[in-house]
Amino acid sequence: MTMIRRLRTSPFTPWVIGGLLVGLVAVLPLLDLSLPGVLPGSTYTPGTLQLLAFAMVFAALALSYHLLFGVAGLLSFGHALYFALGAYGLGIVLRDTELALVPAMAVVLLAAIAVAAALGALSLRVSGIAFAMVTLAFAQAGSVLVRRNASVTNGEEGLPLRVDNIPAELVGVLNTRNVYWLALALLVVVFLIVAWFERSRAGHVVAATRENELRVRVLGMTPFRVKLITVVLAGGLAALVGMVYLLLQSGVTPAVTTPDFTLTLLVIVVLGGVGSRWGAVVGGLIYTLLDQRLTALARSEAIQDLPEFLRIPLSEPLFILGTLFILVVVLLPGGLAGVARRTLARADSARARAGRSLDEEATR
Amino acid sequence: MSTVLLLLITGLGLGALYFLVASGLSLIYGLMGVLNFAHGSFLTLGAFLGWEVARRMPDGSWLTFGVSILVGAVVGATVATLTELLLIRPLYLRHIEQVLVTVGLSLATVALFEGIWGVDPIYVVGPEWLNDTTDIAGALIPNDRFVLIAAAVIVLLGLVVFLKRTRYGLIIRAGVENRAMVTALGVDVRRAFTLVFAIGGAAAGIGGVLASHYFGYVSPLIGGSLLIFAFIVTVIGGLGSLTGAAIASVVVAVLQQFANFYLGGTGDFMVVALLAVVLLVKPTGLLGSKA
Amino acid sequence: MNAPDPILRVAGLSASIDGQQVVEQVDFEVPATGVTAVLGRNGVGKTSTLKAVLGLISRSGVVEFDGARIDGEPTHRIVQRGIGYVPEDREVFASLTVAENLRLAERGTTPNRGMVDELFPDLIARSAQRAGSLSGGQQQMLSLARVLMNDNRLLMVDEPTKGLAPRIVTEVAAALERAAAVTPVLLVEQNLPVVRRLAHTVVVIEGGRVIHAGPAAELLDDDERTQQLLGVHSTDHGAPRGGTDHGAPKGDTDRSAPTGADESREETP
Ligand SMILES: Nc1ncnc2c1ncn2[C@@H]1O[C@H](COP(=O)(O)OP(=O)(O)OP(=O)(O)O)[C@@H](O)[C@H]1O
Ligand SMILES: [Mg+2]
Repeated sequence: MTMIRRLRTSPFTPWVIGGLLVGLVAVLPLLDLSLPGVLPGSTYTPGTLQLLAFAMVFAALALSYHLLFGVAGLLSFGHALYFALGAYGLGIVLRDTELALVPAMAVVLLAAIAVAAALGALSLRVSGIAFAMVTLAFAQAGSVLVRRNASVTNGEEGLPLRVDNIPAELVGVLNTRNVYWLALALLVVVFLIVAWFERSRAGHVVAATRENELRVRVLGMTPFRVKLITVVLAGGLAALVGMVYLLLQSGVTPAVTTPDFTLTLLVIVVLGGVGSRWGAVVGGLIYTLLDQRLTALARSEAIQDLPEFLRIPLSEPLFILGTLFILVVVLLPGGLAGVARRTLARADSARARAGRSLDEEATR
Repeated sequence: MSTVLLLLITGLGLGALYFLVASGLSLIYGLMGVLNFAHGSFLTLGAFLGWEVARRMPDGSWLTFGVSILVGAVVGATVATLTELLLIRPLYLRHIEQVLVTVGLSLATVALFEGIWGVDPIYVVGPEWLNDTTDIAGALIPNDRFVLIAAAVIVLLGLVVFLKRTRYGLIIRAGVENRAMVTALGVDVRRAFTLVFAIGGAAAGIGGVLASHYFGYVSPLIGGSLLIFAFIVTVIGGLGSLTGAAIASVVVAVLQQFANFYLGGTGDFMVVALLAVVLLVKPTGLLGSKA
Repeated sequence: MNAPDPILRVAGLSASIDGQQVVEQVDFEVPATGVTAVLGRNGVGKTSTLKAVLGLISRSGVVEFDGARIDGEPTHRIVQRGIGYVPEDREVFASLTVAENLRLAERGTTPNRGMVDELFPDLIARSAQRAGSLSGGQQQMLSLARVLMNDNRLLMVDEPTKGLAPRIVTEVAAALERAAAVTPVLLVEQNLPVVRRLAHTVVVIEGGRVIHAGPAAELLDDDERTQQLLGVHSTDHGAPRGGTDHGAPKGDTDRSAPTGADESREETP
């Protein structure tokens, strides 16, 4: 009993559980598990691994967005820009140069950081809603750039990955599990960086600006600088995730440049619970799986045979997800993390009550 | 010379469209502090239902055209009012949640429109005259530009008269400046909230029908693409300023037209570059007071 | 003792701004006649108390107006019950004209223009001027005129003499005295001569709590006690202050140095 309570309150417990989970996820490709209804096939099959890797990439991206919205309180509508910059940037560098994978990634990462610093410095001149609008405008410019310059980006067709200079272990359906592990590593690395940042001085200051900018200024710190650091870090991480996405998908299409793509991230972070790292991860995983399942459901006969007024909305995954999102915002403040917190608190107080009455009984 | 004139008037026409979207956005933001992401969906729905009514009426008649605009306005006002009452009001003063709800609404409705009307553009026909051109000093100007400009001017004048001459207009102007003080004078400012949503929705609905004639088609994405420019316009014009929105609409659209023609299709970039310059020089926008 | 029921009763009122508690368990009553003054050093929560009563900031506790609970009501309802609020720093609508400011404030169908016309002829002459271009004193008059347009059962007036020249202070005090003859007033005021002239009762707040309540004359005649509670001599006119001293830590403003009214200056818009 006390043992459990000590475990529950220890600051290390989440990390231990996290480590165990990572270990479990890491051995999945070696196991033959199936989860009908959730996963398309057994855990060692390339299709399932591909989907899971995709979900982890999304979770990592959601974590980078969590830095902006959850930690710094910056509502950005343009985060897709950095993800797309990573994916397209790496695709173009690998196609047009003979750089190996790692140097190519380094080049793209530097470029993304430079862009994030420049655009971040501009957009942070305004705050709140205006910041949201401005980031959207910049991302839209990026989207137009990708669609218009078909000679460089291959336009609507999407940019295929040139594999000549990529380690053979990361290429081909048979190696899907290597890419899966790469995605897992990415998620862990991004998680650790985000956690480290939140604990750093800059992280504390930027969280304080979210609550009360005035107080931070009174304390003699410049909100602008820490916000810019956050924007650059989030942009760099998003670009990194974009690069792994390119490897995973063997290409990239303009869909990842659209405002809707950023909105998806916003949905994930809110769904998971604003301000919660685990929420962002779990939200990313659930959203991706749900999106995939809903798409499959839309094509199923059960839906296709319904009368029109039900069939049309139910065969649009985004309609269902959008509606779900509205319901979460209105009815479940704090998202999934909030629900988890409340459930735990309730369980705790119930247990405390039960414990007390047991104690009373014993003393009687 | 005639090219310049054509670009200028086409820019004014496009600016008129931007204004029809941005005026509502700016008023809603100014009064309530809400960024309405679903504004594009009001526009799209107005366009689709305007088209649905028009196709059941005689093709190409002015009556059909007029009725479809009216339908657009009514539809826009209705959905906007419902949005305010059902989704925005319960989250009173929780600005971020209010934005999130409109984001969800925009995602869900665009998906729904795609389910109902498909993703492909649907071509619309208007009165023959709209597709003709008028010769102005040697420039052949497509007539739909004039209709757009006229509509935006009428909406602008209507809004100005409403804001200057009515009690609700007074409440809205005062509320844009200091909402808390308006309530402290005993005014229920929430009714004004519903009203600005309705007005903004009506303007967007009209904009939707007109946009479908300007572009020649309706599609579920028509609202979203105009919305982005309307955002830029509201930031450049100054959040909450109607006059600022009007000026910025024209500046942005004319710049876009000229850059597209003379600078090799770079209109969209020039607009974003203009936004960057405004942010550097005057982050509050041309006529705004709050950033 | 057969005192008439108070017009306003506040019990256990707490309030917070951005999650920070600024009013803590405040209790006081406002009699149905005369002027009740709320005193206290800068930043102790006087303005916040008024705002909490009006529901302009989130609050908890009991607020009774004329015997009815109003602490659950939205601001506009509370005001419609008959409360006129003159905020600190005037808060006139700068982009609206004087006439529009007044028109916005009209509550009933029968606005009470008589007193406004009589007290503020200068304002009426400036009907078409934008309120933002009025002088500080004129803006204060407008802010007062806004509430005097209506038949109120209570006025809540927050530092009406702040930053005004001595002559204007006298004018404002005279106007308040006129208004107080018919309506009870809850007055936040730093200018002690004005308090002495108008108030019957005083409530002293410190650190968000009430630390003293009683007859005005009793406190102000006791210079030592006044000095102790307010950090200022009862003969002082109140130090001239700008509008930027809000972030000042509680209680560290030393205002005991004698400062004459001649030092106060009128704010220019
Ligand atoms: N918007 C705000 N955000 C954070 N703190 C605030 C805010 N407004 C007021 N406060 C704090 O609340 C406390 C009480 O403020 P309040 O304005 O009620 O004081 P006051 O007694 O009216 O002071 P003064 O005599 O200077 O007008 C102060 O410490 C102030 O710093
Ligand atoms: Mg005060």
